[in-house]
Amino acid sequence: MSFDMSQFLETFYEESFEGLDIMETELLALDVGEADLETINTIFRAAHSIKGGSGTFGLDDVASFTHVMETLLDEMRDGKRDVTQNAVNILLESVDVLREMLSTLQAEEELDVDRIASVKLKLDNLLAHVSDDDAPAAVAPPTQEPAPIQETVTESPSESSVGWIIDFKPHIDMLQTGNDPVRMFRELDALGELNVTPDTSFLPEFLMMEPENSGLGWMLTLKGNILKSDIEEVFDWVEDECDLTITPMVSSTTAKPVEEIVEAEVISEQEDPTPIPVKEATIEKVEPAAPAPAPVAESVTPAPSDTPAEDKPAAAAKAKRKPATEASSIRVSIDKVDELINMVGELVITQSMLSQLGEGEEFGESEVEKLKNGLMQLERNTREMQENVMRIRMLPISFVFQRFPRLVHDLSGKLDKKIELVLSGESTELDKTVMEKIGDPLVHLIRNSLDHGIETPDVRVAAGKPETGEIHLNAYHEGGNIVIEITDDGAGLNLEKILSKAKTSGLVGENDKLTDEDIADLIFQPGFSTADVVSDVSGRGVGMDVVRRNIRALGGTVDVKTTVGVGSVFTIRLPLTLAILDGQSVVVGDEVYIVPLVSIIESIQVDTSLVNGITGQAQVYRLRDDYIPIVRLYDVFNVKPMYDNIEDGLLVVVEAEGKKVALLVDDLLGQQQVVIKSLETNFKSVEGISGATILGDGTVALILDVSGLIAISKKSKKKVRKTTTSVAA
Amino acid sequence: MAASEQKLEAVDAASKSIAMDTTMIGSGDLDENTQQFLTFILAGEEYGVDILRVQEIKGWDAVTQVPNTPEYVRGVINLRGTIVPIIDLRIRFDMEQLEYGPTTVVIVLKVKSGDDHSRIMGIVVDGVSDVYNMQKDEIKAAPDFGDGVDSSFVSGLAAVEEKMVIILDIDHMLNSDELAKVQTISEED
Repeated sequence: MSFDMSQFLETFYEESFEGLDIMETELLALDVGEADLETINTIFRAAHSIKGGSGTFGLDDVASFTHVMETLLDEMRDGKRDVTQNAVNILLESVDVLREMLSTLQAEEELDVDRIASVKLKLDNLLAHVSDDDAPAAVAPPTQEPAPIQETVTESPSESSVGWIIDFKPHIDMLQTGNDPVRMFRELDALGELNVTPDTSFLPEFLMMEPENSGLGWMLTLKGNILKSDIEEVFDWVEDECDLTITPMVSSTTAKPVEEIVEAEVISEQEDPTPIPVKEATIEKVEPAAPAPAPVAESVTPAPSDTPAEDKPAAAAKAKRKPATEASSIRVSIDKVDELINMVGELVITQSMLSQLGEGEEFGESEVEKLKNGLMQLERNTREMQENVMRIRMLPISFVFQRFPRLVHDLSGKLDKKIELVLSGESTELDKTVMEKIGDPLVHLIRNSLDHGIETPDVRVAAGKPETGEIHLNAYHEGGNIVIEITDDGAGLNLEKILSKAKTSGLVGENDKLTDEDIADLIFQPGFSTADVVSDVSGRGVGMDVVRRNIRALGGTVDVKTTVGVGSVFTIRLPLTLAILDGQSVVVGDEVYIVPLVSIIESIQVDTSLVNGITGQAQVYRLRDDYIPIVRLYDVFNVKPMYDNIEDGLLVVVEAEGKKVALLVDDLLGQQQVVIKSLETNFKSVEGISGATILGDGTVALILDVSGLIAISKKSKKKVRKTTTSVAA
Repeated sequence: MAASEQKLEAVDAASKSIAMDTTMIGSGDLDENTQQFLTFILAGEEYGVDILRVQEIKGWDAVTQVPNTPEYVRGVINLRGTIVPIIDLRIRFDMEQLEYGPTTVVIVLKVKSGDDHSRIMGIVVDGVSDVYNMQKDEIKAAPDFGDGVDSSFVSGLAAVEEKMVIILDIDHMLNSDELAKVQTISEED
């Protein structure tokens, strides 16, 4: 093909991943036994577009895999097949496999052929059994040595034959959708020896003919050993716009019953149309029972219906997938764009008004008034535009939430627990970057709630609770933050156990007095776990500290509230966006720095009686019951301060990673929202500085990185010693 | 106030002379072997940089200091919304420091650093001088000065009307690895 398809490939991947998400959601919503036709249709459509797209882009593995899924779904749609739990599980697994295939293809890596083949075999098995119960386990293929891997085995042997008879009757309006039969015939011709006989029986009378309508039908015979799916692929795009019958041509060696309507003339070509030959009967019977005869040369894992065997490749593939999905595009609703365009319009009007004002010869009292009005309008326009541009990056949190029903579904089965997941506030919007980074911590918290929080059904019943546990995932906006709550009605944290563990592991001193909240907070300490058994799901003691660290890195907080026997609530607070930060401007000497507001606990005037020196090397400030190390910003940053005396300055108490320090600054300016600019773009990262911003007067102010500052202040003890001696309190 | 106006005039004049030169040169006599260099003065010597790398020339203005960086990094400025580091070449070359005067300018350069990534950086110099057309074979390799002199930033020497112009390898000179390396050395001191 002469033109470059690669530009559309990325879109295809994106749409396919979306399609897979839809399939997954709908599959989970599918009621076993009485399936909703609309739901199946939705799944079918998603599978169909992936198949179509992958065919177009030459991703044959994906296309053939989806084709099998599609066939299965099609039978369900037509009511030929019951929707069983088994079928749904296999379909879910297929969705996973497809997702892995697509992401490996996107990353241009090698496909995991074994895994694909094993899942495909399951699908094939399922497809072969019209009424299956627990059949797939029984028909696990004979333990044969994996034959050399052969990817393109798409159809069972009975579906290929020496030739095909295709009865193709386009609907009257097929041509109007831009489909050209000649092109399709050419494609068919490439597959094998093609004979085309036009069927003019539908042709309208000459006077009734419309040039844009199709009045012809065709009878095609295609000779050669061709897969039915290849032929179907040619007609993929016109499936709904024609009557299509594909029948195998009966020859002396292969025979198959002709199920579908066949033209009389075709039948006459066959040797013996009516009685079913013995040969084909045997093929019919043998084929489902022995799914792996010679042609199905897929390397088969011994027991494909066993889950542990497949879990590992899945995990490996998941780990690989990460980098591919991170950099992607964003879909913006047309409303948001329209709003923005309106605003740009207003901005242009304001601008022209102001420039007209500037061009005027006279500049009197009334012009000043107009100018003021104009500036006010400009300010409003700018603010609105900023908000709207930010909203473009905002996506509903359902993008993250939608993966959890599946997670809960899988895990509760594994843990033998009955758990219902309730989602609310899915339409709450947050920044895409934040969203990408919050997924993993959330997965972790939910796994924890499932594993540690919710009890097993018998324990629950004994405790007088309903058998089915409930995990509630909720999101809402509060101020400039988004709050995500994970509530479970499980056993709650065992505070005594946590405390004793903490004491034995030395995290807490033997005689320390801790409040309940302090104890609950211990679970976020590195290496802390109370689980007696390290399970597959959680309990290794890595995790909660990582969760907290990740959330902190986003400028957010996480905490836990728990009531024994009633449950726990994990609350995550995150800034809505990473591009803008609420900051407090502070002055040191001639420089202005921005301290992120989230990390500030309080700002206090120095009471020298509370300043204590420690071995002349460092100073601490007694704040109520706490001793907080004092960090002199001018010292760390080597700038000349306005005041040398500690009592002239102000202390800003900040917290990072659980440590508090008091920053000594000269003065506080206002609080303001600042736009974060990277220092690294043109320079490099600097310790203690997380970025820069541009102030109202056009100058640059540096944004402090509090945890980095704490690290520096520890390193440069030597320097501190030099200056503290002179200002000993 | 007066000083800054004067400064601006100086910069203006300098950039005008450049503009004039460029028009004089015309595009006709430029071929593959010809390269254009913008030259500037630093402690009486004339240095040249590839003119295609020059983004703009602006007067010296206050910068925001960046802590814990080498001394020659004067700080960062806001250049139409991006944060641009400013490097004082006199300090970089261990020359005697000079009070910034009306001719002191910042040449904003586009620096390539490794993997197709380019950075915008500014260098503070005593003043801009001229624009020269040079044939590639006119540029001679810098001689080896021995251990005492770091000549790795010099990509070549060229003679223009009896004068010598030192052609700088700005990619090397303003490479971030180079900056980081120097910083760790200075920290160890």
